[in-house]
Order: sequence, then C-alpha cells, then structure tokens
Amino acid sequence: MAEVIPSVHQGSVSELDAAIAPPDLEVVNMSKRFGSLVALDQVSLHVKPGTFHALLGENGAGKSTLVKCMMGFYRPDHGDIVINKRSRTIASPKDAHHYGIGMVYQHFTSVPAMTVAENLVMSRFDTTTVINWKQEMAALQAFMATAPFKLPLETLVGQLAAGEKQKLEILKQLYLHSKILILDEPTSVLTPSEADEVLGLIREQVTDGKLSVLIISHKFREVTSFCDEITVLRKGKFAGTGRVEALTVADMAEMMMGEKREPQPVEKVATTEVVPVLQLHNLHANKDNGLEALHGVNLTVHQGEIVGIAGISGNGQRELVEVLAGQRSATSGQVMVNGEPYAATRKQINQHRVFVLPEEPLKNACVPHMSVAENLALRTFDRPPQAKGPMVLFAAIRQMAEQLIDTFKIKTPTPETPVGNLSGGNVQRTVLARELSADHINLLIAANPCFGLDFAMVDYIHGQILSARNRGVAVLLVSEDLDELLKLSDRLIVISGGKFAYESAIAEADFAAISHAMAGH
Amino acid sequence: MMMLKTTTWRKTAEAIAIPIGALLVALMLFGIFCAFCGKNPLAVYGLIYSSAFGNWRVFQGTLLRAAPLMLTALCTALPARLGLMIIGNEGALVVGGVAAVITGLVLSYGSVTPSAEQLQQVLAIPPILVQLGMALGSIVAGGLWIAAVGALRHYRAVNETISSLLMNYIAIALMNHLVGGPIKDPGETIKASSFVLPDINRLANLPTTRIHYGLLYGIIVCVIAYFLIQHTTFGFAARTAGGNIKAARIAGLPVGKLTVMICFLAGSCAGLAGMVEVAAVHGRVNESLVAGYGYTGILVAFVARYNPIACTIVSILLGGILASSGALQRNLTMPDATALVFQGLVFLVILYSDSLYGRLQIFKDPGPKAAVPPAASTTIPA
Ligand SMILES: Nc1ncnc2c1ncn2[C@@H]1O[C@H](COP(=O)(O)OP(=O)(O)OP(=O)(O)O)[C@@H](O)[C@H]1O
Ligand SMILES: [Mg+2]
Repeated sequence: MAEVIPSVHQGSVSELDAAIAPPDLEVVNMSKRFGSLVALDQVSLHVKPGTFHALLGENGAGKSTLVKCMMGFYRPDHGDIVINKRSRTIASPKDAHHYGIGMVYQHFTSVPAMTVAENLVMSRFDTTTVINWKQEMAALQAFMATAPFKLPLETLVGQLAAGEKQKLEILKQLYLHSKILILDEPTSVLTPSEADEVLGLIREQVTDGKLSVLIISHKFREVTSFCDEITVLRKGKFAGTGRVEALTVADMAEMMMGEKREPQPVEKVATTEVVPVLQLHNLHANKDNGLEALHGVNLTVHQGEIVGIAGISGNGQRELVEVLAGQRSATSGQVMVNGEPYAATRKQINQHRVFVLPEEPLKNACVPHMSVAENLALRTFDRPPQAKGPMVLFAAIRQMAEQLIDTFKIKTPTPETPVGNLSGGNVQRTVLARELSADHINLLIAANPCFGLDFAMVDYIHGQILSARNRGVAVLLVSEDLDELLKLSDRLIVISGGKFAYESAIAEADFAAISHAMAGH
Repeated sequence: MMMLKTTTWRKTAEAIAIPIGALLVALMLFGIFCAFCGKNPLAVYGLIYSSAFGNWRVFQGTLLRAAPLMLTALCTALPARLGLMIIGNEGALVVGGVAAVITGLVLSYGSVTPSAEQLQQVLAIPPILVQLGMALGSIVAGGLWIAAVGALRHYRAVNETISSLLMNYIAIALMNHLVGGPIKDPGETIKASSFVLPDINRLANLPTTRIHYGLLYGIIVCVIAYFLIQHTTFGFAARTAGGNIKAARIAGLPVGKLTVMICFLAGSCAGLAGMVEVAAVHGRVNESLVAGYGYTGILVAFVARYNPIACTIVSILLGGILASSGALQRNLTMPDATALVFQGLVFLVILYSDSLYGRLQIFKDPGPKAAVPPAASTTIPA
C-alpha cells in the first residue's frame, strides 16, 4: 500500500508533506437510499490531484450524503471509491484518514475547554495512552511554522472567534496529513471577508500541489473565485461537470435547476404612513456567561419598513434576537409591540402576529425528533382547526403539513419523517413555511434567514421578505451578509459591542462608515 | 405517532422487540447467577413462571403487585417526556399513602387519632365518597411533592434527579415521624402505625377475585396518561418542550408552567399508588408501605420506554417477578435478595439496550419496491 499516508507525527512533518502529492480520487456510480427516498442515484465524481473542486446542487440534492458516503459515515448501497486507480472500501472515517481524506464539518468539532494544542493531538487516530507533551509540543510548533495560517497553541478553543475555530478545523486536517480536504459549507459560519481569507489560504496550498479540495457551497462567488472544476447534482443524480473558467454563473445555475430561470426582482413600494410596530427602549441583556451583551439599545421599526442590523457575529445580535423571540429575558429595558409591552408569551405572539426566523433553525426553532408535520404545527396546534378543545386533531395537522410541504417545496419522504432527518436547507424551509405562511403577519424578525440555502431559495426568501414589507409588515432583519442587507433594508444599523454604532437610511448609507463601525472603531 | 403507516411499523416492531430481547438477555444472565448459587436455572425459570403466571390464583397475586407499579411508573414516565429524569416515586407514594390515611380517618371517625368512642361509630358518609376523598388527598399530596421538584428545577436550576431522590428520604422520615407521634395508634405496640381504616371504607376486591379495585385505577390512569401525552394540546406542548426547549420558547409555550404541571401529574399518580396500597392492602400507614414499589416503578418506566400503555404490560411482567420471589425463597431456598438481583440485571440490560435503537439492520427500511415519490418540481412558488 504505497499510497497510504504514514501516521508518523513526530519529526519532519514538512518533508513528508512535500513528498506526497494528493491522490487521485474518483467516485463511481454511487447510490444511497434512505428508506423510500433515493438520496443518491448513480453519482460519479472525479477530484483530480491538486484541484479545487466544487460540489453544487439545490438543497436536498444529496451533496452532504455523497461526501458522508466518501468519508465512511454512511454505507452506500452501490458504487465504488477509486483512489489512485484502485478500488477501495471506506467503512469508517478512520479508513478515510488512512487514504488521506479528511473532512471539515459545518459545525465545530473541537472541545472548547481544551487548548488548540490539546485539540490537535486529540484529533489523531493513533494517539498513545501516555502523551509525551514535550515532544508533541515541539512537533506542533514545527507544524505551525509551516502551516498556512497560525493559531496560538496554548489558547483555549472556547476563546477563539468563529473564523479562528474554522481555521482550527482545517489545521486539524493538515495536521492529520489529509491530502484531500472535504469541506461541507465551511463558510456559512464565517463573514464574507473571513471566508475569503480562509479559502484564499487553502487555495494557495492547492496551487502548490500539496492538497486537493472538494467543497460544497451555495455561493457562486466562492466557486468562481477559488475553484477549478465543478460537479453538479440534481435531485440525487449527476447533472454535469466542467471547468469553472468555461462556465458562467448562469450555466451553473441551469445545471443545478435543470432549466433557465430569470431572477424576478420585487419592487419596493413606498410607504406613506409611519406607524411604529416594534419599539425597544434602553434594552439590556446578558450572554450565557452572565456578561452583558446588549448595553441599552433603542430602536423603532415601522410598518412597511425593513430595518437591517449589520455586524460581525458575537456583537450582541444573537442576544437581541433571542430576547425578541422569547428565548432570553432582558435584564432591563422594555420591548413594545403595537404600543403594548411585549414578553413573547403565546398569547401576545398570536395577538400581535409576531413571527421569527432564527438562525440555526434546527437548534433554535425545531424539535428534531418530532415529525415535519408536528414541527409545522408548532404555532397553531392549540387552535382550531388543529385543535378541538383540549384535543389535537392530527388529521388537520397532517393536511396543513401536506399543503405547506407542497407550497414550500420541502423535500421530505413523508410528513411523519422526523425533521432532524432532513437536509439543512429543507429544515430551513420547514421553519420558513411555518413562519411565513400565516395569512396575516405584523412583525417579522429574521436572523440570517438565508444561511445554507441554495440561490433559488435565497431569491425566494428575499422576495417573500420584500413582499411582506410591501404589505405593511414591519421587518427586523439581522444578518452577517452585508450584500443582503444593502439589497433589502430601508434603514441600516450597525451593531458593535452591544451598542448601535451607525444608523442611516439605505439611500444615504456610506460603505466606508459601515465597515468602520462594524470593525468597532 | 400520527398514523400507523408502513414506514412506522418497523419502528413499532423495534420498540417491542428490543425490550423483549433485553428481558430475555437479563433472564439468561439471571440463569448464570442461579447456576452460581447452585440452582438449576431451568428449574428457577419454571418456578418463576408457575408462581407468577402459572394459574389464575397465582396470576391474581401478580396483578395485585402490578397495580401500584403502573401508577408509580408514571411518576418517571410522564416527566421523561419533558426531558426530566425523576426518581422520587417512592417518596410520592409514601406521602400519598399518609395523606390518604389522614383523609380516610378524618372522614371515617372525625379525627386522625380517634378516641375509643369515636372508633365505635363510623361516620355516615358513603364509602365511595370517603374513598374519593382519600384518592383526592393522595393525588394532591403526591402531586405537590413532585411539583416542588419541578419548580426547583425550573426556577432554581436544581437537578431534578438528585432532588427527587433526596425527597424520598424526607418522605420516609416524615412518615416515620408521623406514625411515631402525631398520628400514632397507641394500641399498636409492635410496629409504630397509624390507626386502621374501617373495613367498610377500604377498597373492595373485584367480584370473585382477590384483586382490589386499585388495578382498575392503574389501568385507567395509564390510558388517560397516554391520551394526555399523545392527543392533547397539553401533551403536544410538553413533548415540544421536552424535545427542544428553545423551540418551545420561540412558540411562546409556558415552559415553567408545563414543567410544574407535568411534575404534579407525575407525583399524583405515585401518590394514588400510595392510596391504593393503604386503602386496599395495609389499611393503615407504617413502614411496610415502603416496599420498593416506587423504585421498581422507575424500572417499569424504563422498560416501557416511557409509554404509559406499555407501562401496564411491563408492570404485570415485573409484578410477576416480585410475586415469585416468595416462592423462590421457600421452595428453592434462594437468598432473600434474589428478586432484587434480577431487577438489577434487567435495569442494566435495559439501559444498555437503549443504545441499540436505530442500529439494528433488520429494523431499517430496506428501501423502495415501487417507484420513487415524484420529486419536487424545480420552479419556486412566486
Ligand atoms: N439520515 C437520513 N435519513 C433520512 N433521510 C435523509 C438522511 N440524510 C439525508 N436525508 C435525505 O436525503 C436527501 C439529501 O440530503 P443531503 O443532506 O445530502 O442534501 P444536501 O444536498 O446536502 O442539501 P443542503 O444543501 O440542504 O445541505 C434529503 O432529501 C434528505 O432529506
Ligand atoms: Mg448538506
């Protein structure tokens, strides 16, 4: 087994790295079913040595399933994995590591209470019972010296920012001598500039021929600026492959959707009346660790207005949304909706028609083991027609669910499937369906509503938010994507260090001033 | 839980097969233990069967023991749906028993410590009303007992498992204190006890059997509990909060109120078990009330995977084991703790078997025989 990556870690790391070029990786006719759902149907993929390869497709197309099969998390029903022209069996992530394949997940897998060094050593598959720390630290320092990005070895992972944590995940793979890096939507937790930095550094490794990369992304910008080749999946089937320079974004979109579609811009309608819907007075709230996250914010959102809140994550926007969603209590200050004090009780939510699209919908807005139908009914199960007195009428819940699954194109085997089994984008759609389908919305609070969604769905959500605004809904949009905010907002506010640091109408927004405020100056 | 569809029958089969398999494994391990004690395992199994389920007479003994188990099991099973692990079953049972005796004595004689004259004359309240009063007393007492655990959990973040466990000791100490003084029957010298309820106000047996009405209570309450959890808005809200508290909050569900209410219901079930034991079996309160039904109830809830309907069946199985322990001692001179050893084994194996759900190949859907469901169209609704 000449191409097996040696698992020696001490000593001349850089020599080894330089010596071995990434293997040639091919997936041939891979199929995978989940129950009656065909997630992958005869899919093939070729990652040539030293290329940056993008895997594209709509939500639920089977991208994550494909890479999980390649990593040995799932056992494919059919298909071969060919490494350097030899068919190989990968039955576990350990096998994958054996062939030099490593994966970076969308969520972090490091232990926050341990240091960077400890996390790196722990990630190894060949850790010995007794760790010789002196030797390991020397090896780690040698490794860091040659690594594309640096992290302080002694820092606790919990103290790293999101971008640094993501870098650590990637470093971990390099430390493990992974030659083929699989990245599943790695940039969804990063701001655009952090994403560019991380991808840029990986790109250099690929250009130097040290690494091959297979990346799953919904962002065409990343594909066109960093990738060499793409493979597209559509509804579990292979839909095409090609070199990025030979393709336009429209071509890629067409491969993904199977048809050409023109974006349908929604015009903003000017509103005449100025009626305040959401009012915050001197709102304070704490983080989980008891430190203050919001230092007294004042805000009014009017009917028919989208107020965008920009900011680098961790500056209090999460806590703000949680207070408004009823998941966190304010330490002082007041929230008013339609001029009445608002504490997000079920009664008030119904009375004032407040809806929330939180970030990380599976964690924040769904019960993973309950069915899609039950999750769709979370806001309505205790009212007719879904309830009769104290009884829940499951037939009515199912009926409504079928309708919503249809309108919002939620890809699920049945309405009874646990929502935790759906693909990331489809979980998002489930929450969207629940929160946006109500016939009358008064106030909508959305936090990064387009995370992890394919471009068609992003268009759709933007359209929905704009048309809600045009109907007179007051919208508070918290997002880390400045482009999204500039496109949708009527008024833009920058939050920094738990305070509002900049505010202007969108027409007068000054890009330099916004960046300045976001950076906390 | 919505509708039984072809996709769910495998789940149901799994939910039945794994606990049964676990029980079989526990039986096998128990056989090894028996062999170790120098007994023929097959003879032991045979004796368990014949002394628990062998004929109608012994089966009645099994059902008698199953009755309180069904009720105490709910004390763990209901809060589990909300994500709470409560093991205060024994304490709630004892508190319920004490409350039942106090209410029963007051309604029978006009006093908890009746004088000699009072004992001569039972008050003219219809027995059914006295029994209802006793049931109500035990439900409220047991309910408040566990509701306190829930409130501590929600408002002060006190670990509910530890606090409910400690509450057991408090309950038993409280009972010992009461029967040793405030409600003591001075005529009873061997074992500190309360006064005895008059026969007329005690729970009768079902016609032509020696099974008391408590069994009916148990079955009815289990069915109600199942219905409450699976089919009411309250149950839906509780399952939501148990599954993801953040999602429950976003939906505006009153998590604190739900926690306290579920805990109240749980405690009231165990409290009712105390009433059944007192009103049907002992007739009074003394330390015999602490017979381990509470702890066995936890086991029942585990084996039944917190499903109230399954609790009734599992209670009968484990009631049988309890019922056979006397025979094991008498006929095979096995140690006193044999039944406990078996229970412990069941506990361990069941806990282990929890890790098997979703892992066994035979319960996985092999995939479509027919065509794939039509894929969603590519256009996005306008
Ligand atoms: N463990 C599972 N059990 C059942 N169905 C599953 C499971 N994992 C994925 N699926 C289904 O397989 C299909 C493909 O899912 P997958 O996660 O691969 O999509 P994806 O292309 O990664 O989508 P996204 O862009 O939304 O992340 C989806 O319809 C999903 O519901
Ligand atoms: Mg995915």
